[in-house]
Amino acid sequence: MATAGHAVNAGALALEGVRIAIGGRTLVDGLDLSIGAGECVTLMGPSGCGKSTLLAFVAGSMDAAFDARGRVLAGGDDITALPPERRRIGILFQDDLLFPHLTVGGNLAFALHERARGRDERRARIAAALAEADLAGFADRDPATLSGGQRARVALMRTLLAGPRALLLDEPFNKLDAQLRGEVRRFVFDHALERSIPILLVTHDEADARAAGGRVLRFGDGGPPRS
Amino acid sequence: MGPASAGRFRALAWAPALTVASFALPIAAGLAGTLAPAFGYLPTIGGTHASLGPWRELFASPGFATSVRLTLATGFASALLSAFLAFGFCAWASGRAWGPRAAAWLAPILATPHSAFAIGLAFVVAPSGWAVRAVSPWLTGFDVPPDVATVGHPSGAALVLGLVVKEVPYLVLMTTAALAQVRTHEHLALARSFGYGPREAWIRAVLPQIWRQVRLPVLAVLAYSLSVVDVALVLGPGNPPTLAVLAVRWFADADVRLWFPAAAAAALQLAVVAASIALFVALERIVARAGRRIVERGRRESPLSWLAAGAAATVATLCALACAAMAGMALWSVATQWRFPDAWPAGLSLDGWTRRLADIALPAWNTVAIGALATFVALALTLACLEAEQRQRRAGPPPALTLLYLPLIVPQVAFLFGAQVLLVRAGADGALVSVVWAHLIYVLPYLFLSLADPWRALDPRYARAAASLGASPARVFFAVKVPILAKPVAIACAVAFAVSAGQYLPTLFAGNGRVPTLTTEAVTLSAGADRRVIGAWAVMQALVPLAVYVAAVLLPSRAGAWRRRDTP
Ligand SMILES: Nc1ncnc2c1ncn2[C@@H]1O[C@H](COP(=O)(O)OP(=O)(O)OP(=O)(O)O)[C@@H](O)[C@H]1O
Ligand SMILES: [Mg+2]
Repeated sequence: MATAGHAVNAGALALEGVRIAIGGRTLVDGLDLSIGAGECVTLMGPSGCGKSTLLAFVAGSMDAAFDARGRVLAGGDDITALPPERRRIGILFQDDLLFPHLTVGGNLAFALHERARGRDERRARIAAALAEADLAGFADRDPATLSGGQRARVALMRTLLAGPRALLLDEPFNKLDAQLRGEVRRFVFDHALERSIPILLVTHDEADARAAGGRVLRFGDGGPPRS
Repeated sequence: MGPASAGRFRALAWAPALTVASFALPIAAGLAGTLAPAFGYLPTIGGTHASLGPWRELFASPGFATSVRLTLATGFASALLSAFLAFGFCAWASGRAWGPRAAAWLAPILATPHSAFAIGLAFVVAPSGWAVRAVSPWLTGFDVPPDVATVGHPSGAALVLGLVVKEVPYLVLMTTAALAQVRTHEHLALARSFGYGPREAWIRAVLPQIWRQVRLPVLAVLAYSLSVVDVALVLGPGNPPTLAVLAVRWFADADVRLWFPAAAAAALQLAVVAASIALFVALERIVARAGRRIVERGRRESPLSWLAAGAAATVATLCALACAAMAGMALWSVATQWRFPDAWPAGLSLDGWTRRLADIALPAWNTVAIGALATFVALALTLACLEAEQRQRRAGPPPALTLLYLPLIVPQVAFLFGAQVLLVRAGADGALVSVVWAHLIYVLPYLFLSLADPWRALDPRYARAAASLGASPARVFFAVKVPILAKPVAIACAVAFAVSAGQYLPTLFAGNGRVPTLTTEAVTLSAGADRRVIGAWAVMQALVPLAVYVAAVLLPSRAGAWRRRDTP
């Protein structure tokens, strides 16, 4: 199936001996975690315990103020020392962060990996992604004219089009109302798991964790995570 | 709200209108006063009926076409180069921790008047300047200065250099301010997760978002570069000069009949700026369309990254040049003697300074007095506007306030001559108050634009909390808002003062040449005085606004430190 951004070398996402501290406060210590391809692990814990920081560590965008140790492996490669642009780790934040200066199609084209060459192939990929998100014909729309659920679907398709080998979700359903939440959640899990890449989900909502259906990891305040 | 405060509130409601009138009226009257003689009408010197004579005279003057070409070339080169370097630098600095701090270091360059910089640069890049001295005679073999034109080169290259050195820091600062308004950090992280390097990510994902905020500063730089007079007098070609300099030269001529072609040249200057802005807007559309297409192609690597690195290297070079310019004029001002190929003066002494102090005193006093008065009036008007805006609970500024950009766009020569004619008729030319008003036209927009964002961003809950404790709106204003915002207020005042201290043409025209300031004297002397004399004036010219800026940075934080002294 020629789905958008099909992950070629999907493999496990592994964290080995991760320790993150800031100003003498240890947020994460001795964390070992392996997430298999097509598996979704949910991370829960009180606000400020370092969940977003851990995701930033995996993605490579962590603030220099933090002191971090440990290794990140994706598909067997050690990516700890790589800059974020060479890690191929997709992230989805609480806000959809669609680029306001581009159309919906432009947003997708921005992310679509370079292996899709030529105008026609890129167009086709984007049209397919939009159709997959039930948004066929939306390519020329301004993202500001989309509903919350539509924006969330575009944001996911955009992240998947970059061809990530792992997906990090940082409370992506938080800003959606209750009904939309279930809908978008199903959409995200269906389409992300279909690409059989490892997924790490951060949430405060037990329903999200149940829907994800995988292991649940609970962070205390500084202590080691318990599952 | 009691009846008394309602009355005061009504007075406040007039603030925006008063503010706009304070600069829009003189500009409009001045433009009319320039356009009339451009079409032959100025009865006091014998122009009693409309004619196209002034235009014929302008078009027939020798070197006219070259002047226009020179004006357009230097204006566009300065503006486009400044924008390219500023954005390139910001792209390169993005993702580097020290980026924001580097921007803070640019502030001193910003506080220094354009013409002081121009004078300092001339000391460095002139054929007999520091740069040549540093490599002579051991490398070049020069025992006498080479007979080439650098300063005043017919191409206007030195003029462009002088403008770029000053405008790049301005645009970098404007860009930094705009970056704080959008979700720069998140969008960069996202773009990088898609595989774009930090510079590519900045250029593709962030720059287009902030363009709406930075395009007005870029347009202001374009308008300024097209019409600048003082920098062009110091660094630009003399014959033919740029259009604005040509107009000023004719206005200053003893033969009043030259006022007619001068007015035509000033009117043409206005048309040149208007046409250039139109061209810029057209270019902007084309670039935006091309840019979107490039972004959608999704290439992760492009020459843009390298261009950004090149821009950053150029900015570093320009900073070094700026430092050399400042050091050069300081050194000249204390040199006893500095013969040509020597890289260093023969001796240093403060004697020159003590001898010149008497001459410098009055212009220095004028600079401080005019700057302080103009800043004070501008601050009062700005605060009144912002306060009125908040009491009316308006979402944004009244639309009329977009006129604030008018003084930054309309060329000074185009209305100052007409304004002078009106002032002469009213018998107010040469009065300090006229000069203060002329400065206010430029001080006001800068003060307003630098204070409006922090003021509007103040959490309204402070004011609401104070009001719920029974404080009157006036009390809330003076006891809550102003103290909390002391720092941005101080910085905005320093910026405003620096703008006033740097004014050349408004001082000259409104003062009718009788109100000398450090800037007017320095620019006049730069035409031929001893470098040791020029150096002293330029140093003073740079030092006064810089001292005000340093005070503005230090004072509120000192006060803050004192308040916090007991807390752990
Ligand atoms: N740039 C920074 N500099 C210093 N400390 C920071 C920085 N960013 C975050 N922190 C601190 O690090 C800790 C972890 O923050 P993080 O955002 O990872 O928490 P979180 O678990 O995601 O919380 P939430 O559930 O509220 O999103 C917090 O205590 C926060 O105050
Ligand atoms: Mg978080």
